[in-house]
Amino acid sequence: MRADLEIIQQWIPENSHVLDLGCGDGELLAWLKEHKNVSGYGLEIDADKINTCIEKGVNVIEQDLDKGLSNFANNSFDVVVMTQALQVVHYPDKILQEMLRVGRTCIITFPNFGHWRCRWYLATKGRMPVSDFMPYTWYNTPNIHFCTFKDFEALCHEMQMQVLDRLAVDGLHRNNLGSRLWPNMLGEIGIYRVARNVVKLA
Amino acid sequence: MAHVFPENSVGLVSPKVARFDQPLALACGRQLNEYEIIYETYGELNAQRSNAILICHALSGHHHAAGYHSVEDRKPGWWDACIGPGKAIDTNKFFVVSLNNLGGCNGSTGPGSRNPETGKIYGADFPMVTVEDWVHSQARLADTLGIEQWAAVVGGSLGGMQALQWSISYPERIRHCVAIAAAPKLSAQNIAFNEVARQAILSDPDFLDGFFIEHGTTPKRGLKLARMVGHITYLSDDSMGTKFGRELKTSQLNFDVNNVEFQVESYLRYQGEEFSGRFDANTYLIMTKALDYFDPAAVHDGNLAKTFAHAQANFYLISFTTDWRFSPARSKEIADALIAAKKNVVSVEIDAPQGHDAFLIPITRYLQAFSGYMNRIEI
Repeated sequence: MRADLEIIQQWIPENSHVLDLGCGDGELLAWLKEHKNVSGYGLEIDADKINTCIEKGVNVIEQDLDKGLSNFANNSFDVVVMTQALQVVHYPDKILQEMLRVGRTCIITFPNFGHWRCRWYLATKGRMPVSDFMPYTWYNTPNIHFCTFKDFEALCHEMQMQVLDRLAVDGLHRNNLGSRLWPNMLGEIGIYRVARNVVKLA
Repeated sequence: MAHVFPENSVGLVSPKVARFDQPLALACGRQLNEYEIIYETYGELNAQRSNAILICHALSGHHHAAGYHSVEDRKPGWWDACIGPGKAIDTNKFFVVSLNNLGGCNGSTGPGSRNPETGKIYGADFPMVTVEDWVHSQARLADTLGIEQWAAVVGGSLGGMQALQWSISYPERIRHCVAIAAAPKLSAQNIAFNEVARQAILSDPDFLDGFFIEHGTTPKRGLKLARMVGHITYLSDDSMGTKFGRELKTSQLNFDVNNVEFQVESYLRYQGEEFSGRFDANTYLIMTKALDYFDPAAVHDGNLAKTFAHAQANFYLISFTTDWRFSPARSKEIADALIAAKKNVVSVEIDAPQGHDAFLIPITRYLQAFSGYMNRIEI
């Protein structure tokens, strides 16, 4: 299994009901169904990936994340997952809001634009970073909303989200010492588990 | 030497007729004491009887879904693009049953049949039948064929509605429900188009209150008009534009209302003419009414999720981007209800310019997505 999915699956309880936003070829859902008796749906818009989902027996729904999740009821999923899609959606804050509405907990992964290599590239060349990890030119990229870990956490705070778990990993999804000590500089990918803040009554 | 059919064709087929003499109670309150259902089968029923697929037809469809009736046939059955060896509904794997619904005009008991109680042609006396009635009659056909549970019930348009109804009426008898270009109920606009078609037939002087066969006439003009208006709703603006545009039949405008001037007029007239020669006007009225009446959620206060609460099938919904008769939004209504009911559902929206008719056309992504799903069905 893809390394980030291997990490995520540990945060998904057995028998839970899961919504996977941008589920790709359905790898996570297929694995969870087989090993953890997890039910649920994946949303995807790429025709080839949808076909792969169908062939794997994954419940895939052809739906564009940018059109929202209004067809899903409040609290209807135990976990809502969105891997590597935060930076490609038109309104990251709105999709997060929606995820928190339909799911009890949410798992989000995204690339860290605050990683030292991005900073180095921008500082020395004065141009938008292009690397193996982020191979797109600024004018032709699906990634339209890059952020750093700090940016993301500031948004979490603003949206009164509670960060339950977070893991900064390198490009190979290893949680090494560097990314543990100084995540916003040394972590390449962020894996967050968040929930709505429980408002305590006075 | 005999004519050679394509390798992926089921080849020569011949229909069979099943006779039923147990009364069938209908939603309208009346009953059919005895009736016949004409059907065809393709492929072999396996020993476990677990590989049977039921094909439900749309408004003007019938039992002849695949293969050829004779070597002289110009065209194969209406869904030959999707049924055959190696096709989406693979007859090497599945035993396919395709029937003509009650009230039809292709061999099953319908308005053109003789009423055994009066000895006369039914005509307008044929009882109104609904999607639910059809599903009950199909269940009886399954019984006679020894099929306890369908691997899948598959249909497009009105056929998709029957597949949905199967999952509701007989949850334990259907493992997969494949509803293509369907809707959970008709919109006011859908009903309006049907009403125009019915008025065309009812106002034809040759209709004779539905007893035209007895009088040796056919309301051809009415049927032709009904088909013309229906046909417009099967195509998309795009596909009509590409196919005909404003192309003229003649070299110039004639400034004459009696002339066929635009190609699209000629096409519609041809379609209407051909249809009026082969279809029964009372059947057309019944089929459009069955469409109008279909609303399985009505008995659940309009709550579609509740309607599917006891369904056990896995659902597969396919819609087409330019279909404005039963648009992707209508399939989405079904998908959303199934999601709310926590049912297994796969839902795809195929980018296709052909409108509602796309479900009959071999579009690459459609066939891929269709066969991908069918191949996974365990038998």
